[in-house]
Amino acid sequence: MIETIQKIRAAFPNAVLNETFFRDEYSLTIAISSLRDICLHARDVLGFNYLIDVSSVDHFGEEPRFEMVYELYSMRDRIHLRLKATVSEDDCQAPTVSDIWPTADWHEREVYDMMGIRFVDHPDLRRILMWEGFPYHPLRKDFPLEGKHSDTPGVAFSHPAPLAGGPFVTVPTDGTTQVREPRARHAEDLTTPEKIIANP
Amino acid sequence: MAVGCNRTGGAVFFKIRLAAGESENTLVGMSNTLSPVAYDAKIEGNVIFTQVDAAINWMRSNSLWPMPMGLACCAIELMAASSSRFDISRFGAEVMRFSPRQADVMIVAGTVTYKMALAVKRIWDQMPEPKWCIAMGACASSGGMYRSYAVLQGIDHLIPVDVYISGCPPRPEALLDGLMRLQKKIMGENAVQDQKRELLESI
Repeated sequence: MIETIQKIRAAFPNAVLNETFFRDEYSLTIAISSLRDICLHARDVLGFNYLIDVSSVDHFGEEPRFEMVYELYSMRDRIHLRLKATVSEDDCQAPTVSDIWPTADWHEREVYDMMGIRFVDHPDLRRILMWEGFPYHPLRKDFPLEGKHSDTPGVAFSHPAPLAGGPFVTVPTDGTTQVREPRARHAEDLTTPEKIIANP
Repeated sequence: MAVGCNRTGGAVFFKIRLAAGESENTLVGMSNTLSPVAYDAKIEGNVIFTQVDAAINWMRSNSLWPMPMGLACCAIELMAASSSRFDISRFGAEVMRFSPRQADVMIVAGTVTYKMALAVKRIWDQMPEPKWCIAMGACASSGGMYRSYAVLQGIDHLIPVDVYISGCPPRPEALLDGLMRLQKKIMGENAVQDQKRELLESI
């Protein structure tokens, strides 16, 4: 596995920005401009013939705001590689890899639908879960869980869902199940887990 | 069974000739040999007078063909209700054929996402009148535990619901209870006045 990382670093000395190793998993942070070159190299030279997943992360409040994550797998060598690349909110687009791994087609449609990142040269960039005309991207951090009002005449409408004191969230603590279990919590409670343990 | 209908003084009567022990052929043969029949002694005890509403509602409520709109785990209970242990056919609602053009009652069983809501509405629109709707379970009734941008908060935002069934998911007995309540509701409807207005005016 480490040879594979070294081969990528040797082939793209300027594109690989960071490298992390955590729990037997390698992650490479790369420049989004070199994504296609590195992906082609990984598939054709290094044998990563399987794209497990494409996902996106919203680092709301930071710049660059978005991050694309590609999970690669080599059936031949049975190794796993994660590629990460940041996308700025102003640009908000990434190159498609759907011609390299056809499975990326629907994954990128989902990322576009949920996060609003557009994929350049994607063959069929339509929404995949929400309907055409829905004006928001629901997995962005600034989109509320209960949703927003929308109306696409003749197609669909949506109303905010009543949360009844929610959102209901779990809290990672060492406390009992009673402390951890989902319930309506205020934002200030979430920042101080000690308070939750003291007052479950 | 021969059915006749006449209207006198504003009241509509509905005659049902129950051919107890007789087949359709014997009736036809009788009218051939004895025609014109002034009085048929055999008809005594075989005629029931009732209101046409009561007769129509009786027929409708005991032969409700469901459109099983199974969307989540409630559909598993719906399947159980139609299987041998609970046997929804005891109540005349066993004809689950995924065929909206022939269905009477849509059983919305499960979480209605906005994405699926478009299809549910379309299938509802394809069902012929008269039609009824059962919202089975918490999700179909109110969105249930899914307080989310992706879930319609109750199918009654889109289509009129006759019976709501609580539970997550409801037991098959609850579905059968809901079905019996719908039958009671149908028995109280003004079937002719509400749904056969043009026919009434033509009589």
